[in-house]
Amino acid sequence: MRALAPRELARWWPAMWEPSLAADEVSRQAVRLVALERRTGRVALHAFSALPGLLGAGDLVVVNDAATLPASLPGRTAAGLVFELRLSGPVEGEHLVGVMFGAGDWRTRTEHRPPPPRVEVGERVTVGPLSATVTAARGRLVELEAEPGGADPEARRDALWQALYASAAPVQYAHRADALPLWSVQTAYAARPWAVEMPSAGRPLTWDILLELRRRGVGIATLTHAAGLASTGDAALDEQLPWPERFEVPPRTAAAIAATRAAGGRVIAVGTTVVRALEASEGRAGAGVASLVLGPDTRPRVVDGLLTGLHVPGESHYELLRAFAPADQLERVLSGARLAGLSGHELGDACLIL
Amino acid sequence: MNIQGRGALITGASRGLGRALAEALAARGARLALVAREAGPLDDVVGTIRARGGVAHAIAADIGDKHAIHRIAGQAQGLVGELDIAIHNASTLGPTPLRLLLDTECEDLAAVLETNLVGPFRLTKVLAGAMALRGAGVLVHVSSDAAVEAYPRWGAYGVSKAAQDHLSRILAAELEGTGVRVLAVDPGEMDTVMHAAAIPDADRASLQRPADVAARIVQMIEDPARAGSGARLVAPRWEAP
Repeated sequence: MRALAPRELARWWPAMWEPSLAADEVSRQAVRLVALERRTGRVALHAFSALPGLLGAGDLVVVNDAATLPASLPGRTAAGLVFELRLSGPVEGEHLVGVMFGAGDWRTRTEHRPPPPRVEVGERVTVGPLSATVTAARGRLVELEAEPGGADPEARRDALWQALYASAAPVQYAHRADALPLWSVQTAYAARPWAVEMPSAGRPLTWDILLELRRRGVGIATLTHAAGLASTGDAALDEQLPWPERFEVPPRTAAAIAATRAAGGRVIAVGTTVVRALEASEGRAGAGVASLVLGPDTRPRVVDGLLTGLHVPGESHYELLRAFAPADQLERVLSGARLAGLSGHELGDACLIL
Repeated sequence: MNIQGRGALITGASRGLGRALAEALAARGARLALVAREAGPLDDVVGTIRARGGVAHAIAADIGDKHAIHRIAGQAQGLVGELDIAIHNASTLGPTPLRLLLDTECEDLAAVLETNLVGPFRLTKVLAGAMALRGAGVLVHVSSDAAVEAYPRWGAYGVSKAAQDHLSRILAAELEGTGVRVLAVDPGEMDTVMHAAAIPDADRASLQRPADVAARIVQMIEDPARAGSGARLVAPRWEAP
């Protein structure tokens, strides 16, 4: 190991002096919560179970009820070259949209994986047990039309979903020692399988906490948002994340938001996906595609507060947090989180911005 | 609950009461996700319902397998959308002819509990949360008089059904106020393959038809006033409204 030159040392010193966020999976029952009160700048550390006491009667918590798909499928080109297909959005009919990764698996960080084999429009590939035709290919982004077989379109859909769940696994994380099963990547209120990665901000919301929120007069409403991939293995593509994502706001949720705002309550989004869906829809009922990207220059118009994981500068999620709080306040949140040993893992600890 | 357009999941849907429930709910306009271990008989039920203009989808899975649970929930909601009704109908007697408890292998008792008790628990765990946040849902546990009476040789099955009855009551207590209704229903003796396996020499003419029992269970799902959450209902004593 070579010695660092003084200028390099100066650049590295703060990072060495201040430990980075831990990357451990935290049990749902053991999650801790760092809370920022923006008005005063006060930062406090709590057990996650303190959440109901930090909100008030008349507030409304909005969660993303998308279940997490097994979005990682083993693939093979016509020439026999292997790849991994990670779905980037929900399954629509027999249409699959995703990102190809080269040989190897999730134990290798996505940016260190070899590039995937090239495929051409019209080429036939296999994903899991399914044959599929490439209908669009732009670098590692592909669209496929699966061919589950059979004449009856409804029976073909049954076969496609059966094949998907029989052969695919959830998207995995390189910093974990073992593979996560579907059980580990679902929220306690998951419904339709639209998310290709877990809407993880809601992971610590156990039913004990959800019912306590209700008892204290805090409303809970749902929307469904197709949470997308966190990384593509391609730096240029990663720059464009998050991509446009499908969402649906039910009429009962739009009504609850309107009633909350009229009564002076706060709308608290659980996760960045809920922020995107509520800001894109302006809180109105209906289906849509969220293409907006929030950052330091945008001001949320519907969402008053945010429950999220811990995100660090350089992540698109961190840029979204800057729409809620100035960088100096966010830095104090992260300093506190680092010193307390909090985990920034997708399955880690939590942050509340009010 | 008005069944028209609702998403409903039924386990053990390829024959007997499960099949009759599928046909009855489809006739009322439910959108069905049907679960059974064997694809062939299940496809036959799905085909029959589709031929009548109903909506049904097939999911071949074993409810006693923990790894199958999110597959079932994911395929069901991928195919029919949000689920408002879940009927835990699949169950196993264990080895037949039925045995005294002291002759029952430990592994056979555990396997019966996996299918009849832990399976419904796991499936409810992944389905009921979304119902509770939406404020509407019905969970039905198909029970048996073997859950109440101590019939010799019905040990493994009776124990599993007694425990499932209590699972149903505790779920109802915990979900009170959420809009999710939890029922246990003893269907009574029916002319089914399972009944024939348990009591081969029964007089079939004395047994209820599964379709008649299914019609009563559909009425219970529709009628929160007479079939309140936490209730254990006996289908032969249910009077049509």
